[in-house]
Amino acid sequence: MTWNNNVEITDALVREHGLSTQEYDLCLKILDRTPTLTELGIFSVMWSEHCSYKSSKKHLKTLPTTAPWVIHGPGENAGVIDIGDNQAIIFKMESHNHPSYIEPYQGAATGVGGILRDVFTMGARPIANMNALRFGSPNHPKTRHLLSGVVEGIGGYGNCVGVPTVGGETNFHPAYDGNILVNAMTVGLADQDKIFLSAAAGIGNPVIYVGSKTGRDGIHGATMASAEFTEDTEEKRPTVQVGDPFTEKLLIEACLELMSTDMVVAIQDMGAAGLTSSSVEMASGGGVGFDFNLDMVPQREEGMTPYEMMLSESQERMLIVLKPGRENEAKAIFDKWDLDFAVIGKITDSGNLTLTFKGEVVADIPTQPLADNSPEYDRPWVKPQPKPFLDTDDIAAPPDMKQALLTMIGSPHLCSRDWIWQQYDMQVMADTIQKPGGDAAVVRVHGTDKAIAISTDCTPRYCYADPVEGGKQAVAETWRNITAVGATPLAITDCLNFGNPERPEIMGQFVGCIEGMREACNILDYPVVSGNVSLYNETNGTGIHPTPAIGGVGLFDDYSKMVTIAPQAEGEILLLIGETKGHLGASLYLEIMEGREEGAPPPVDLEVEKKNGNFVRTQIGAGNIAACHDISDGGLYVALAEMAMAANIGMTVTIDNGRVPLHAYAFGEDQGRYILSVPAEKAEAIMSAADDSISIQIIGKVGGDAFKINGITGISLSELLNAHQGWMEEYMGLE
Amino acid sequence: MKTAVIVFPASNCDRDMIVALEKITGHQPHIIWHQDDYIPAVDLIALPGGFSFGDYLRCGAMAARSPVTRKVIEHADRGGNVIGICNGFQVLTETGLLPGALMRNESLKFVCKDVRLKVENNDTPFTNAYEPGEVITVPVAHHDGNYFADDDTLYALEEEGRIAFRYVNDDGDTTLAANPNGSRNNIAGIISRRKNILGMMPHPERLIENAHGGTDGLGFFKSMINAIN
Repeated sequence: MTWNNNVEITDALVREHGLSTQEYDLCLKILDRTPTLTELGIFSVMWSEHCSYKSSKKHLKTLPTTAPWVIHGPGENAGVIDIGDNQAIIFKMESHNHPSYIEPYQGAATGVGGILRDVFTMGARPIANMNALRFGSPNHPKTRHLLSGVVEGIGGYGNCVGVPTVGGETNFHPAYDGNILVNAMTVGLADQDKIFLSAAAGIGNPVIYVGSKTGRDGIHGATMASAEFTEDTEEKRPTVQVGDPFTEKLLIEACLELMSTDMVVAIQDMGAAGLTSSSVEMASGGGVGFDFNLDMVPQREEGMTPYEMMLSESQERMLIVLKPGRENEAKAIFDKWDLDFAVIGKITDSGNLTLTFKGEVVADIPTQPLADNSPEYDRPWVKPQPKPFLDTDDIAAPPDMKQALLTMIGSPHLCSRDWIWQQYDMQVMADTIQKPGGDAAVVRVHGTDKAIAISTDCTPRYCYADPVEGGKQAVAETWRNITAVGATPLAITDCLNFGNPERPEIMGQFVGCIEGMREACNILDYPVVSGNVSLYNETNGTGIHPTPAIGGVGLFDDYSKMVTIAPQAEGEILLLIGETKGHLGASLYLEIMEGREEGAPPPVDLEVEKKNGNFVRTQIGAGNIAACHDISDGGLYVALAEMAMAANIGMTVTIDNGRVPLHAYAFGEDQGRYILSVPAEKAEAIMSAADDSISIQIIGKVGGDAFKINGITGISLSELLNAHQGWMEEYMGLE
Repeated sequence: MKTAVIVFPASNCDRDMIVALEKITGHQPHIIWHQDDYIPAVDLIALPGGFSFGDYLRCGAMAARSPVTRKVIEHADRGGNVIGICNGFQVLTETGLLPGALMRNESLKFVCKDVRLKVENNDTPFTNAYEPGEVITVPVAHHDGNYFADDDTLYALEEEGRIAFRYVNDDGDTTLAANPNGSRNNIAGIISRRKNILGMMPHPERLIENAHGGTDGLGFFKSMINAIN
């Protein structure tokens, strides 16, 4: 291939690189000349939506990001929070939607690899992986293939690197038929005095490339992730990267070994836009320049051009600034782990990223304006009209409550996820103390009494019906799930998946969700410390449901206080916390039983949420509670059935639904509610500990081998379990 | 009891094994890197679980050819005790220290879940703390745990009482449904003829504390202490 760095930069070429006329004009202004082809490529990826957040940053800035326990908020590779004893938790969630649709195994696998690197690049050992997955309708011809590939990819990568995948959520809806969502989260543990940042420093210091060699995979991945899908999407397969979890595992160990010395000045993983974004972020962050000799970059293929090297998204690579004279010591570590190690350049005081290839300067860009003057748009948006409240009288009661419950818990939305979870190593590292299936996953802080609770949540049908309430609910649900295991919620990461921001109604969804999230974070004292935005999740003009996936993290000082959703003994008393109004709008009952997707979502009263949650957490911490479960998708009956199934014990429940129709009481999705299972002798004390502002009532008792409740004379446990277990295995069996 | 844990590139249950051995023996194991060609005198060498060399080529095949593995073989030939858990079991079959092979799970999928195991032979250094026929719970987590041996080998293993653990249901019955990977005769773990080498797919080191959800794995480690002291 003939390589010409100085081709004529035509309008068509600019457009092909996804730059608008205004953006290209800005590029000309920054350079004060016409860019070379390599430079055009660099501007193109740096200013892609994926890397620059140009449509979203105006709104992201409004989210609360500070608290006394926040060490580093958004802006670093991942968020960092204080968990005491000089320890920190470092975490982030990130999307890998576009690649996972095109090539599900590799897309999902490299999504996991990428988020792991964001966390260990800061000096943390990854201790848990989570995910949030959305697929199209089970009836869509591609869904099986995508579900199978994504799950296998997540497992294939996470299992090999030896980080437990401890939970997540999986939804199905036709809104994702053409754009699945694969959001992966990693939580890591570091010492506070060993946290590494990316800002380069020290004129003359060597810049080191370590990890895998650079190949031609993933070129323009960031640009692809910043555009809608069309019919020719399949042709974009070459833009999907290929993961090598073996190398990642070696890279984790080698980097952590290097970081245990005092040799590292700065370190950054090569993620989206590879060598380009990592070097620009490091240089601009430190206010310095980088001088690279691209001939030194380890290359997997022959004849690679500077353009390809700078835009490749080959996986498992890191860029490191070392203290001077320490190269040999550092190299010995990477030699031990059989990883490439190359000095590719040094820090200069020019402020420019200067790239030399075969003796010729092929790019010379001032990094500060490239990073900081990137476009920022105030995209026009229209406030979405929230769906009107549905009158419960307009929603028919089911002919048979028992059948309705069995149908609900056996539906794709609520059925057991064992088929998925069993493909993940949930226990490697031997610190997993709450596996998937409960409200939150819990992993111990190795060698201490502390533990971390993690939950990923979002209810896209609520966000679609009313973005503000939906945004609130997504944040509140992670807070509630972390509370329900007994931990104190500390902070969140967000992964904001939306359609095309150039459409005002989509932008309105985005703005609405942010507004709701902001309110919830403020009231719950639960800041955003990291996140990622994925836009253009559209195919041929049809967008996904707005999906601001939230990953919440909470702390136990003493993990022996943890509870699960499984009642511990016969005779325990069941308490219901929170008010049940029978809200069926935008509920799963309406969707599953009536085939309707209408109405406003259940409103989230954040003050009540906080009060109820704090009460529950205090009671768990006092050791009064045997089991706890929040009430979410599917409502009260589903939550109770899940508790019975988890413990394999029956229960007898009598509710007083008053004037609320029974089916609305049973399946309504009113927020801020919990079920507690408590030893009989403690029930009275718990009741009286709740002040008048907390709705609390005794609803039943644990015991026997059947599930009995108003409208249901009895379902045997085996009948419940059969209904719950069947769907996914059967569905995937037909793969 | 003195122990050593071998670490191959991308072993990933090495820490879990080190923690378990330290907790139970009270002594930190020697940690031996695969390129080392010296292992101090120890009572037990453990080959941990994980994905040595990324499971590339064949699970355990490359680790079986690491420099340190020759020393493991010498230790075993001298009658020294060796355990291989999960990937460690795969390494043991690849070295020939144990017969048979571990093939891809019948489901073709990775499987991580708690399984029930029957202690088939409690007259070994690794199982003596269990009752004969005791049914215990231990997690599995593997992609290639489908134990295969030819008919003659299988016959010999059965006849010589070399099946250490078998996958069973809650009642202790060897059923198809209780087998997570399609292994022949529901085999979960086997021992060498001299009873000094054990390979098993399940992970006893993951179930030794109440916080893990059970302590059925403890007996495995206690057995070795009984045997060695």
